[in-house]
Amino acid sequence: MRVDLSGILEHVEQISALDLDGVPPTSHVVALENVLRPDVPRPSWPREALLQRAPEPVEGAFRVPSTQADPDG
Amino acid sequence: MAELEAVIGLEIHVQLATRTKMFCGCELSFGDEPNVHTCPVCLAHPGVLPVPNEQAILYALQIAAALECEVAPRSIFHRKNYFYPDSPKAYQISQFDIPLASDGRLGDVRIHRAHLEEDAAKMIHVGESGRIHGSGASLVDFNRGGTPLVEIVTEPDLRSAAEAASWARLLRETVRQLGVSDVNMEEGSLRVDANVSVRPAGSDGLGTKTELKNMNSFRFLQRGVEAELERQRELIGAGGTVTQETLHFDPVSGSLTSLRSKEESHDYRYFPEPDLVPLAPTEAMLRDAREALPELPAARIARYEGLGLATDVASGLAADPQTAAYFESTAAAAAGIEPKVVANWVTGELAAALRQGEEEIAATDSRVEPAALAALVALVQEKRISHGSGKTVLSALVAEGGDPAAIVEREGLAQISDSGELEAIVAAAIEANPQAAEQIRAGNPKAIGAIVGAVMKETKGRADGGEVNRLIMRRLKG
Repeated sequence: MRVDLSGILEHVEQISALDLDGVPPTSHVVALENVLRPDVPRPSWPREALLQRAPEPVEGAFRVPSTQADPDG
Repeated sequence: MAELEAVIGLEIHVQLATRTKMFCGCELSFGDEPNVHTCPVCLAHPGVLPVPNEQAILYALQIAAALECEVAPRSIFHRKNYFYPDSPKAYQISQFDIPLASDGRLGDVRIHRAHLEEDAAKMIHVGESGRIHGSGASLVDFNRGGTPLVEIVTEPDLRSAAEAASWARLLRETVRQLGVSDVNMEEGSLRVDANVSVRPAGSDGLGTKTELKNMNSFRFLQRGVEAELERQRELIGAGGTVTQETLHFDPVSGSLTSLRSKEESHDYRYFPEPDLVPLAPTEAMLRDAREALPELPAARIARYEGLGLATDVASGLAADPQTAAYFESTAAAAAGIEPKVVANWVTGELAAALRQGEEEIAATDSRVEPAALAALVALVQEKRISHGSGKTVLSALVAEGGDPAAIVEREGLAQISDSGELEAIVAAAIEANPQAAEQIRAGNPKAIGAIVGAVMKETKGRADGGEVNRLIMRRLKG
């Protein structure tokens, strides 16, 4: 693993040799923009199906441990 | 110690009134059964992919245009990581270093940025007593999760709690008139947080700020900010320092409770959302957004002030597009009469007359045609009827509609224009009120009311008040 990591770091080091002033950071590698969908409703899923694996649902709601026990939580 | 001035900035979350959620086709709703508007995307099942709602982006661009923001030619979405059951992905899709819009202005307040994001789910705390602390289990309803939001952040340009509340009202009115949100604070479609700090008056620096969360009315916003300013001033006055934290204002007790120490942005480990490609608003999208803009309250207020209307009258009209349109039709029909006179009738006498009935009705729904009101104002301005008679005619117009000149004729309200007749009535009124006459001669002008009243009673309000005053004074002083 140490060998792998060193390889990666060496590779990254090569980049610092380049003059990158004015080159914007790459956030995406696919050359696409504005992939959008029209504002048209599609049916939601049956609630029973979505709650099937939820532990002890209450009246259609997911139950989670109290989020209030630790006020800093 | 120098006086401490308030420095307030607001963060406003606006739920967009689209039909579907931000990244999936589930319908938006309010008050439905829990979790009936959910799917694998908004519940973050493995392998799902978000796709942005085109309408939400158009609405956000309209907000950006209304706030005179610069729109980023290419903005990206980020993941804002946090762990709480209201977010099933354990991150919120938001925008970070390149928001959709920035550097805008509304009224006197600069807009720092406006960006798109998604709303969190609604938490229900079992055994909840109205406050957030001290409950048992928590339930999660994901209907709201994924609702498109625009977050608007102002620069810290507000200098008092009242100013903050009044500007927030202007923003709500602006967004409401855009038609992109219900802006209902009680239902949470408009949520306002305030960043509050104090600094020595005249200094340019910024003190440590606290954030007041989710005040669900403008009144609470104002009271919450007032309470927090007072707390900070006392703290600093006693030699203490303000700690950066998030506070909850309880409007019932007027107290502030610390919710958590405030996160720094690095706590959220923002990184670009790999599942969403960049958003680059096209020329057509920008044009659609601009063309969808109605005349907005701030522009309307400025235009009305240019017509000579007082600021409060202009703001009142601008907040209500229907009444504003009514005022404009009336002013257009009232040739030669100053718009401010017409505006005062619309917001004053007419509004009062419309409140008289069992149910208050809007001017546009009333029987009073703009042309009729214009004719009535002209009759009063030309002193053909007195102001008091004008109100009588207005009541008749509200009740039955019609033409004011005909009502004046029918009710015999035409002003007494024969000065001989009026002089005789004034003379009689002075004679009948010797005490008042004596007081006026002794230099107490307030006593004139009794004599004017007697004249008005005798003439059934058909005399011009100013003229009556003048005649009385001339007779007593002359």
